[in-house]
Amino acid sequence: MTAQGAPTGALREITDRALDTAMSMGADYADVRVVRRVEESVTVRTGRVESVASDESEGVGIRVFAYGAWGFAATRRYDADAIDRAADEAVRLARAAAPSLRRRVTLAERPRAYGTYATPVREDPFALPLEAKVADLLDADAALAVPGVVSTMSTYAAQREWKTFAATDGSLTEQVFTHVGAGVEAHAVRGNEHQRRSYPEARGGRWRQAGYEFVRELDLKGNAARCGEEAVALLSAPSCPEGPATVVIDPSQLYLQIHESCGHAAELDRVFGAEASYAGTSFLTTDLLDSGFRYGSDLVTLVADATVPGGPGSFGWDDEGVAAQRTTLVENGILTGYLTSRDTASRVGRPSGGTVRAESWNRLPLVRMTNVNLMPVPGMSLQDIVADTDDGLYLTTNRSWSIDDRRWNFQFGTEIAYEIKGGRLGRILKNPVYSGITPEFWRSCDAVADERSYVMYGNPNCAKGLPPQCVQVGHGCSGARFRGVRMAAGR
Amino acid sequence: MTTERSAELERYAERLLERARRHGATDAEVSVESRLSALTRFADSEIHQSVTEDTVRVNLRYVQGRRYGMAATGRLDDAALDTLVEGAAANAAGTAETDDWPGLPEPGPIPDVTGAYAAATGEATPELRAGIVREVIAAADAAGVGAYGSYATGTVTTAVLNSRGVRAVQTRSDAWLVTVHMSPDGGTGYAETCAVDVADVDGAALGREAAGKARAADNAVVLNPGECPVVLEEYAVADLLAKLGRCGFNARAVQEGQSFAAPGVRVAGDLVTVWDDGTDPAGLPSAFDHEGVGKERVSLIDRGRCVGLVHDTGTAARAGIRSTGHALPAPNPVGPLPTNMFMAPGRLSREELVGRLDRGLLVTRFYYTNPVDPKRAVVTGVTRDGVFLVEHGEIVAPVRDLRFSQSYLDVLRRVSAIGRDRRTVRGWFGGVSVLGDITVPAVLVDGFRFSG
Ligand SMILES: [Zn+2]
Repeated sequence: MTAQGAPTGALREITDRALDTAMSMGADYADVRVVRRVEESVTVRTGRVESVASDESEGVGIRVFAYGAWGFAATRRYDADAIDRAADEAVRLARAAAPSLRRRVTLAERPRAYGTYATPVREDPFALPLEAKVADLLDADAALAVPGVVSTMSTYAAQREWKTFAATDGSLTEQVFTHVGAGVEAHAVRGNEHQRRSYPEARGGRWRQAGYEFVRELDLKGNAARCGEEAVALLSAPSCPEGPATVVIDPSQLYLQIHESCGHAAELDRVFGAEASYAGTSFLTTDLLDSGFRYGSDLVTLVADATVPGGPGSFGWDDEGVAAQRTTLVENGILTGYLTSRDTASRVGRPSGGTVRAESWNRLPLVRMTNVNLMPVPGMSLQDIVADTDDGLYLTTNRSWSIDDRRWNFQFGTEIAYEIKGGRLGRILKNPVYSGITPEFWRSCDAVADERSYVMYGNPNCAKGLPPQCVQVGHGCSGARFRGVRMAAGR
Repeated sequence: MTTERSAELERYAERLLERARRHGATDAEVSVESRLSALTRFADSEIHQSVTEDTVRVNLRYVQGRRYGMAATGRLDDAALDTLVEGAAANAAGTAETDDWPGLPEPGPIPDVTGAYAAATGEATPELRAGIVREVIAAADAAGVGAYGSYATGTVTTAVLNSRGVRAVQTRSDAWLVTVHMSPDGGTGYAETCAVDVADVDGAALGREAAGKARAADNAVVLNPGECPVVLEEYAVADLLAKLGRCGFNARAVQEGQSFAAPGVRVAGDLVTVWDDGTDPAGLPSAFDHEGVGKERVSLIDRGRCVGLVHDTGTAARAGIRSTGHALPAPNPVGPLPTNMFMAPGRLSREELVGRLDRGLLVTRFYYTNPVDPKRAVVTGVTRDGVFLVEHGEIVAPVRDLRFSQSYLDVLRRVSAIGRDRRTVRGWFGGVSVLGDITVPAVLVDGFRFSG
């Protein structure tokens, strides 16, 4: 599956038809994606295989640039009539939009895209017998059920997508993506109180572009009992204190902090208001670019990297045919770049960063995170940072999140906090919640762990756009320390 | 583009059911949903995205004794039939026997629903949507503000059939317009509406509402956080109901000990009455749920007390009652949800509600709200698109957005007056893709705690 080479052109009849019709209807540029997706999922709840499900979907999405505007139409039918109708509809949509345009849209140049890409997979999850995957999950789920745990949930899922992209400039790429994800969670309840501990996290677990070998590496079973025990112990734990604190944030929470306060804020279409009515805008306005805006402390370097092997947001080419690349968003604390598309990049006079993707064939490609990573800093391991902390909190595993539409004012809750006293992890505390202002928070970062604790987390549920689209995005990080963080009341 | 007529979908479902039976299923359920949807988005007062899609979802639940498996496809052809049956059968074989397998629902009454579909919506063109959008933009231009939003129209035909004899088919349409107007002086304003018929969507009126709010919100002042009385407009009240529906009145959350709801428990002030009714034409009506069970009107809060929950077949069997017709598409990790919620109106106009604030805030809507502690309905979020300081019953200044983190139950318990006018907005149920709506009035709340 890893062999890269020339595209087969197997779907040429469909892609040519779509592009030819679009051009004959008056498009200046068109691209087309033919996508087939399969998915499978297993959910075990409290020792019972609650559901085993599979899903497939395929179709054609045609995007045109005509009369100075964009149009997009998708059809699940492959016959020539349906393709013609969709291409025609896309041009008609663009034409209907044209009278309201006030600004000329230009597309940043890109070389012709040509080639193939496939996720490196050692153990094909779809080829593995279902019973084996179910058995692994049941084993893990059983290990969660320590005394006091009232319910458990264990999930596994895999997705595969075959995507052919063609455009009127002669571009043709064929890509195959395989994603897997798994996780376990234990719930404990006493009276009005409910506590959860999960591994690697709740809401479907951690995802990777990989085969089933990734699920084995997670060792759900080996980590389950601790989840169960901690969920129960949290019921009797003291509440996390309020007020300013030094916090060391584990990658299981830090990845979401990066996602919400850096990743979304750096989406250039958001900056330009394209998502203002739904997902929101961004405080990282373009006047801050190249002006030395301090997003974080010197230790904070954030990159968008679609070339990371196995990253949930990696690919060969994005959905505009721009090749995968690594773009620095924040370098040593200073804002240096955005996540961009061809039409947004041209507005800041840059080439596209190649970060455009659609959920599937039926949705318009949008600016999306690829793998937005906080680079590790050589020197201190995560353990060294704890040892170097006299009085603080170690926050693990996201529980809740909320951030305003400009990605400025945030609040996160984690499942558990461990007290740090004299450089050692101590007792557990429940309902930790912290809040802050994005740049103030990142400027308060005074230690980033080295590569030893660096881990790639994935968020399979990043929603954006209307109709809402979920894509797989990745976040690599190693853990970091922040000073003077505002701990809020957990309830 | 055309959608399959409902008869075609029903025939396809029938064939799939028959195929599953012949394959050896003891029971089977097929749900088919064919959807044509279109959306025109605008930003900075110009249309920047225009899309349409033609999709179908076919779901098969294959039952083998006390096991069942699910498979779904986005295709509607002969080859898909066999793939689906074999996939679902294999998934059933991989599932453990379930002790409390409730069986598929038996045929039951399905309410007569009128007004769920409007031909004008089904036939809406790109030009019609662009025309409405231009009205919204014109209102923004007139106020010197920018318009950002979207106008969506769609038609969905659903057929649910099972081997016990359930046969349910319906076609619904929806039109949804939302706009945020942003002023160069920092104010933002919000307006939203949803309806079955595009004829009921008034772009100019919505545009004026959002523009007025945006201008009134200009040059907002910073207010110290703390507790104060608030008037929550309909958009904010809709968020209260959506969150409480998901965390609370969902029978599965109750059965798993994760909900505050229990019969007779006081969850709100005396004035608050809330129900779910899929048949009310004021919303986006629906006759049945994703298991083909007819929608029952379910009273959730009666004068402040919790009186009912919504059920699907699974939770109903555990409770020893009949499903209320609130199942979501399978596989469903969330449980049954109220997707057509209503709050009883009161007697006061919006001005009278605001008039009762000696010193407090008028809040347009909440944004990015998430449960921190679902069992107590503690939710964190921020205000957005119009918060105003009110003194002696008069709006005196726009206020910067504030964050809050508190129990939505505490909010409902302190409702002391309710508005007489109601609005219908699209219901979003935490990432679950179902067509739902919430119809609510504005409310006066004696104390609301803002954290910063
Ligand atoms: Zn996201």
